[in-house]
Amino acid sequence: MYTQTEIIKDTTVNGSEGELVINVGPQHPATHGVLHLVITLNGETIKKIEPHLGYIHRSIEKMCESLSYRQFIYVTSRMDYLSSHINNLGSAHCVEKGMQIEIPARAKVIRVLMSELTRIASHELWLGAMAMDLGAFTPFFYAFREREMINDIMEETCGARLTMNYMVPGGVMYDIHPDFQQKVKAFVKQFKEKVTEYDDLVTNNIIFQNRMKGVGILSKEDAVSYGCTGPVARGSGVSCDIRKIFPYEIYDTVAFDEVLETAGDSFARYMVRVREMHQSIRIIEQLIDNIPEGEYQAKTKAVLKLPKGEFYSRVETARGEFGVYIVSEGATTPYRIKFRSPGFSNLSALEHMAKGSKLGDLMATMGTLDLVIPDIDR
Amino acid sequence: MFSLEGITNAIQNWLYNTFNPSWALVFECLIVILLATGLFAILGLVLVLMERKVAAHIQIRLGPNRVGPGGMFQTVADTLKLIMKEGLTPDLADKFLFNLAPFVVMIVAMLLLAPIAFARGFQIWDLNIGVLYVSAISSLSVIGILMAGWASNNKYSLLGAMRSGAQIVSYELSAGLSVLSIVVLSGSLQLSDIIASQENGWWLFKGHIPVIISFVIFIIAVTAETNRAPFDLAEAESELTAGFHTEYSGMRFALFFLAEYINIFIVCAIGATLFLGGWMPLHIGHWQAFNHIMDYIPSSIWFMGKTFFLIFLIMWFRWTFPRLRVDQLLNLEWKYLLPISMFNLILVTVIAILGWHF
Repeated sequence: MYTQTEIIKDTTVNGSEGELVINVGPQHPATHGVLHLVITLNGETIKKIEPHLGYIHRSIEKMCESLSYRQFIYVTSRMDYLSSHINNLGSAHCVEKGMQIEIPARAKVIRVLMSELTRIASHELWLGAMAMDLGAFTPFFYAFREREMINDIMEETCGARLTMNYMVPGGVMYDIHPDFQQKVKAFVKQFKEKVTEYDDLVTNNIIFQNRMKGVGILSKEDAVSYGCTGPVARGSGVSCDIRKIFPYEIYDTVAFDEVLETAGDSFARYMVRVREMHQSIRIIEQLIDNIPEGEYQAKTKAVLKLPKGEFYSRVETARGEFGVYIVSEGATTPYRIKFRSPGFSNLSALEHMAKGSKLGDLMATMGTLDLVIPDIDR
Repeated sequence: MFSLEGITNAIQNWLYNTFNPSWALVFECLIVILLATGLFAILGLVLVLMERKVAAHIQIRLGPNRVGPGGMFQTVADTLKLIMKEGLTPDLADKFLFNLAPFVVMIVAMLLLAPIAFARGFQIWDLNIGVLYVSAISSLSVIGILMAGWASNNKYSLLGAMRSGAQIVSYELSAGLSVLSIVVLSGSLQLSDIIASQENGWWLFKGHIPVIISFVIFIIAVTAETNRAPFDLAEAESELTAGFHTEYSGMRFALFFLAEYINIFIVCAIGATLFLGGWMPLHIGHWQAFNHIMDYIPSSIWFMGKTFFLIFLIMWFRWTFPRLRVDQLLNLEWKYLLPISMFNLILVTVIAILGWHF
């Protein structure tokens, strides 16, 4: 127990002369999870940010070592739960690479369609949550209106709304629901109509622009040296879309643009995500009427045994590059698994971006990093 | 024509005829206290429900709809819950100031009810410096907020309170200056005189563009003064969890909450009185027939209609705009609103001297 005078003297609680140390988190509305930031303030100006991790560490990598190659895929849903489908895809990819399984064309298209729907759903949630960080509540409900449609589509085909577990090595678990195409088309139509509301409410709002422009600047060099990926790096002009650089599935055959902004501030990251949603819609529109007939799953052995060796595969999740690294000893379970999650590297750039700005800007900057804490801690 | 004036006069005559003058005054005061407290409670309940319904409408959802018809008694249920909750006082808080702060904020809000004319002849205290009284008392609420922030011994509360202090002190200036433009035009600080001066049209319409500018500045400034979004930096829940009332719970928290809504009502009532004619019906110059028809709508309905329109406006802001940053907030006041309202005041004075208004 501290006495009152001890607390006043303790510099880890109060900082040195003229400084104020506040603990943002582990339970705080702005951290969207159990992230703990120890922030040293001088007045309202941030002098130092120290992220404390580990509040939601579940040792997923260790757990995967005792699960078979079919089972471990579904644990990755629990990392970045907002792009769980894409995480599963990356893991399934790595296994397919090792087993050299040929995936049917229909499964490839379904996988890409689902990935893009997941990406839109994730960006929708981010849009709402970030607006909430800035103190605007209403965009949250508008974004959820469209996100709900995606969740319904997912529920029909995959049986779940958030952690879909739809991926198996060699394809997808079930065929798509008969209503799938019609519902996706309805969603695309609704999205295109309603997206102007986001622009009216958020993008073109003068307060919003003043809060975002010139705030939390991350230069191209810094983005590279901190290992940032995804929309965070693309907002700083780093071309890093895995879908373009190392195309997987059928991304090399569909037409879409890699969204790049050069400003590197919060507004650039915002615009990258908003424009990415439009690109995802573009991909979906190209594919939805062209789902090839045929098998949705390749014939695979019941028990998968990866040959001895090391395997790596990467995919572009809604947050950036997700890498899966498997070391196999030829057994039915992996010898070692390492995940490269986008959130961890993106978070490391936070102090650099927010140092010297105001406390309110920290929340705006953190909002545009789009952190999912279980993804950082694993 | 229905008017509350008849009722108030009848009560006063009866009191003064039945008792000697000093006792009559005491009874009058008691009646006023009862009415004010009752109004306070009812306004709190109505405004909280209104806020939730307006928010729900803007956010494409239904809002409270379970307790009572259309969720009408939701706020009653909430109040009951808050009364029964434990009012926690943190261990290291300054207990005296911590417990005093909500009452300071509340008393300030109550005092501000005094000069407001709710209807023709229905006013608690028509003092001759009404506008000055309102400006003076409303700036006192910052003391309560600073007290709460400091006494909580919580860093979030302290940051919120300091923000609130800077904010209220700055925005008081442009609110005062925009109010002054009406004082200049009507030539009186007394609220009943200001209302009477709008007999042939509201100042918003009579005073040309300068009065419209000062009306806009007034709305912005009072939104900031009542700590409402987009100026809710003192609470800023995504940054400071709940700002100055982070440590408050139970009924003490409810007092802050209630005071916020009463303050909104009061500033909107002042705005309606100064710019939209208070209880004065919509009169257009010498259109005798039109003015006469308008007079048939009771003055209390005119007053409440205007006030609730302004309240709706302020609620609309809250559910549409993101929050400003603290330096942007002060920039807006000192670099834009204050110079504009100073210049605007000169324009209004010129108009008043030359008699260019209608």
